[in-house]
Amino acid sequence: MSDSLIALEHPTELQHHFADMEQQKNTSTFGMWLFLGTEIMFFGGMFAAYLIYRRWYYNEFALGSRSINIWLGTINTMVLICSSLTVALGVRAAQMGKRKLLVTLLLITMVFGVAFLGIKGVEWYQKYEEHHVPGSSFNASDLVSVGQKYGIHINQAHSQIYFSLYFALTGLHALHMVVGLGIFTVLTYFAWKGKYTPEYHTPIEIGGLYWHFVDIVWIYLFPLLYLIDRKPFH
Amino acid sequence: MAEHEHILSARLYVIIWAVLMCLTVITAGVAFIDLGPFNTVVALVIATFKALLVVLIFMHVKYTSDRLTKTVILSALFWLMLLLGLSLMDYGTRHFV
Repeated sequence: MSDSLIALEHPTELQHHFADMEQQKNTSTFGMWLFLGTEIMFFGGMFAAYLIYRRWYYNEFALGSRSINIWLGTINTMVLICSSLTVALGVRAAQMGKRKLLVTLLLITMVFGVAFLGIKGVEWYQKYEEHHVPGSSFNASDLVSVGQKYGIHINQAHSQIYFSLYFALTGLHALHMVVGLGIFTVLTYFAWKGKYTPEYHTPIEIGGLYWHFVDIVWIYLFPLLYLIDRKPFH
Repeated sequence: MAEHEHILSARLYVIIWAVLMCLTVITAGVAFIDLGPFNTVVALVIATFKALLVVLIFMHVKYTSDRLTKTVILSALFWLMLLLGLSLMDYGTRHFV
């Protein structure tokens, strides 16, 4: 009897250095946003490099961008947007204490995540077959001849910079997806165990923030890498 | 405590999802139309609008009363703009010298 009274006054999830559950939750959310702030600057450095090289070597970037499979890029953007919806609905299920729905939505999110990485792998393999992976076997003579046909001169060394940025940015993003899948595996396990309740589901919320952030990075990578120049040649 | 937490309707989430999907198709389609330098502008405006929808609705920033969180987001964006903006000012004006 006295045990349950104490439990009411002091939820087991509440750590002793917080005044109440709301303060604890706000602190966790704040910490996650601080981390996402550092992530913005982490990706920001690569976006700055992209911006500068794109201005210098626009023709190489435009022709390189044309050679990437736009269908795979568009489908992958949609896959990530679908996964963001299931995350948002999952957080909602946690808020309402619907355990089975939460577990299902977390699992569907992970299926979308794996699908994204699979499609990404197909895309990378196409680039590998075309010898567009930077390194000793890099060969962009196909892009040079496309350029010559329309009077656009390009330098293969500069094409290599576009593909270096393409692989670095999509690779770093894919790494974040892998980390996200790891986080969601843990969240799914504890959700299945019934750890998350309407009173306490902060891990679902901040795990969701991370997933949405990775989605936003992709929302920018898609136009910057795939859509530089798709206009018909004159 | 958590009782006054704002639970958004599933309908709103689905509407936002549908808008994001449509914008993805639009941005891919517009890339094939020759708008000159405005292709990049349109692509970035659409991307920013999509990102805003995700941040405000999916990430609940529109509904948070926590000013600290909003401060962190705005300062992160401010520093990003410093990085990109000042880099562009440097590299964009070198040919004037």
